[in-house]
Amino acid sequence: MKKVLIIVAGLGLLLPAIGWSAGGGHTYPNDKIEIDWNDKAAMQRGARTFVNYCMSCHEAAYSRYNRVGSDLGISDELLLENLIFTTDVNGEKTKVGALMKTTMTPEYAEQAFGIVPPDLSLIARSRGVNWLYNYLRGFYVDESREGLGVNNGVFANVGMPHVLADLQGLQRPMYQTVTDAQGNEQEIIVGFEMLKPGSMSKSEYDSTIHDLVAFLDYLAEPYKQTRRNVGTGVIIFLFVFLILAYMLKKEYWKDVH
Amino acid sequence: MSEKQTGTGLIGWIDARFPLTKMFEEHLSKYYAPKNFNFWYFFGSLALLVLVLQIVTGIFLTMHYKPDGDLAFASVEYIMRDVDWGWLLRYLHSTGASAFFIVVYLHMFRALIYGSYQKPRELIWIFGMFIFLALMAEGFMGYLLPWGQMSYWGAQVIISLFGAIPLVGDELTLWIRGDFVISDATLNRFFALHVIAVPLVLLMLVVMHIIALHEVGSNNPDGVEIKKNKDENGIPLDGIPFHPYYSVKDIVGVVVFLILFSVVVFFMPEMGGYFLEYANFVPANQFKTPEHIAPVWYFTPFYAILRAIPDKLMGVIAMFASIGVLFFLPWIDRGKVKSIRYRSGAFKLLIVILVVSFIGLGYLGALPATETRTMFARLFSIGYFGFFLGLWWISKNENTKPVPERVQ
Repeated sequence: MKKVLIIVAGLGLLLPAIGWSAGGGHTYPNDKIEIDWNDKAAMQRGARTFVNYCMSCHEAAYSRYNRVGSDLGISDELLLENLIFTTDVNGEKTKVGALMKTTMTPEYAEQAFGIVPPDLSLIARSRGVNWLYNYLRGFYVDESREGLGVNNGVFANVGMPHVLADLQGLQRPMYQTVTDAQGNEQEIIVGFEMLKPGSMSKSEYDSTIHDLVAFLDYLAEPYKQTRRNVGTGVIIFLFVFLILAYMLKKEYWKDVH
Repeated sequence: MSEKQTGTGLIGWIDARFPLTKMFEEHLSKYYAPKNFNFWYFFGSLALLVLVLQIVTGIFLTMHYKPDGDLAFASVEYIMRDVDWGWLLRYLHSTGASAFFIVVYLHMFRALIYGSYQKPRELIWIFGMFIFLALMAEGFMGYLLPWGQMSYWGAQVIISLFGAIPLVGDELTLWIRGDFVISDATLNRFFALHVIAVPLVLLMLVVMHIIALHEVGSNNPDGVEIKKNKDENGIPLDGIPFHPYYSVKDIVGVVVFLILFSVVVFFMPEMGGYFLEYANFVPANQFKTPEHIAPVWYFTPFYAILRAIPDKLMGVIAMFASIGVLFFLPWIDRGKVKSIRYRSGAFKLLIVILVVSFIGLGYLGALPATETRTMFARLFSIGYFGFFLGLWWISKNENTKPVPERVQ
């Protein structure tokens, strides 16, 4: 039986070799983001960018303003002053307990963009934080795209305009020709060159996007920190329980054999 | 007529009206199990634990979930964000689904290596196989309920398989969906089946599985019938009462299981996209097909067999056959020796082939198909079915070792 298990384990290690393939399409930029779960200040800054820039078109309709407030340490007054810009159906200012919805109707959005901008509550879970970090830094000038004037190195031909162009500025791609595994030549983006600088330096912009993505990551799973804290307690309890359970078993089994 | 229990007080009062003590003794305190159970024997009680966990968390999820095409996705996020401890309920349930299959696959593997399906335990195995079928139906229907992109398109792919059946295929898929596409009608019926119909069947089958087991008694790693050697009181010499010996031992198994389970629930509930697929965090959209549709991991071995065969109908037949063949295992194995400990090298080799093929198929079934992968999927499919053919072949005149009289 042991031999059988050893052989099976050995062969199992070979499996990834079959699954390995010649890699997906090339995207640029391709950086990794580190998110500090205790850095609430970064998430607060991200929230400000989110409501000012993203929420004109996108919503986070599964999340409530005051949940964000209580999780990130923002008071109701500050929420109303700095983060809530919409009005409800009665024309009154949106309440702090409301869901984070846009005022744009889906019909209008469809006319304006050809597609309803997706809800962003869960975008960090469906796309992943690295993807978002690169995507939001990946816009470049592309005159061939009518009306938009930009394209994206991570999400080719995306329908979203470069909303943050005022901050980042406009950049143009630098290409390099490479030969892929099938022997086809293709042009890939290997870098960006600034055409028209924005109000932020590159590092300032990167840090703004970092904070925005940290906020989106929080928004996708606002209970993530609670989850980890509870989990640590549960597992410590179970280890103590395990010792007692094992001692009980030992005691009962003394007279067997 | 057996003697009435002569307890006093409340227990005595109940025993005069309901066989409480009798049942407790029959199934726990005087159910004699072999004393040599090893690691592999934890998974039966763990499966029962997960079943209870799924039912309890399921009840609470049902209180907040809305089985409606327009509301389902949002109601799941409502559970995750606004319901007190809702995230815990949902992660326990979603992780529990995967844990159920892990535990059941290991439980079935145990039966395989120690011959627990052999005479006189054929019915236990068959009830168990029906439990496995019900579990697959339960998992499949439950996966539609969050109404994400993978819920929707996974169900679309699987239901469309029935369309490959000649003559009645199209009518059948229409009947299953209740619509021309997966829609609100499908969601509603899957909800009804997931929360009422299948769980009822599952519970009934579990009861039958355990009654059948307690009728013939448990097998063990040596494959020796402990009832052949009894003492003067009719108690098996190698048996010990299930309670307290195995109840206290199983608690240890339960706690170890719960530790591993908690690591997933609290620290990696998506399990790298295997337990909760990333694309399922996007609401279902019938106009937008995801780039890559993969079923949840516990279906991938069978899905890989389906894809390995070029013809759709033949693929569907092979997929159903890969599950169906398991029902006949007690008769495919013509051997008299139960445990792998005393069986031939050929049997051990077959087990290796089966495990490698099954894991290989599961791994490939989750990935997009390429030429090389399809070739390997075919190889593993041959390995999978080859196990049963090989077992039938070698077990007629197997070169086995002598089986001891008593457990070692």
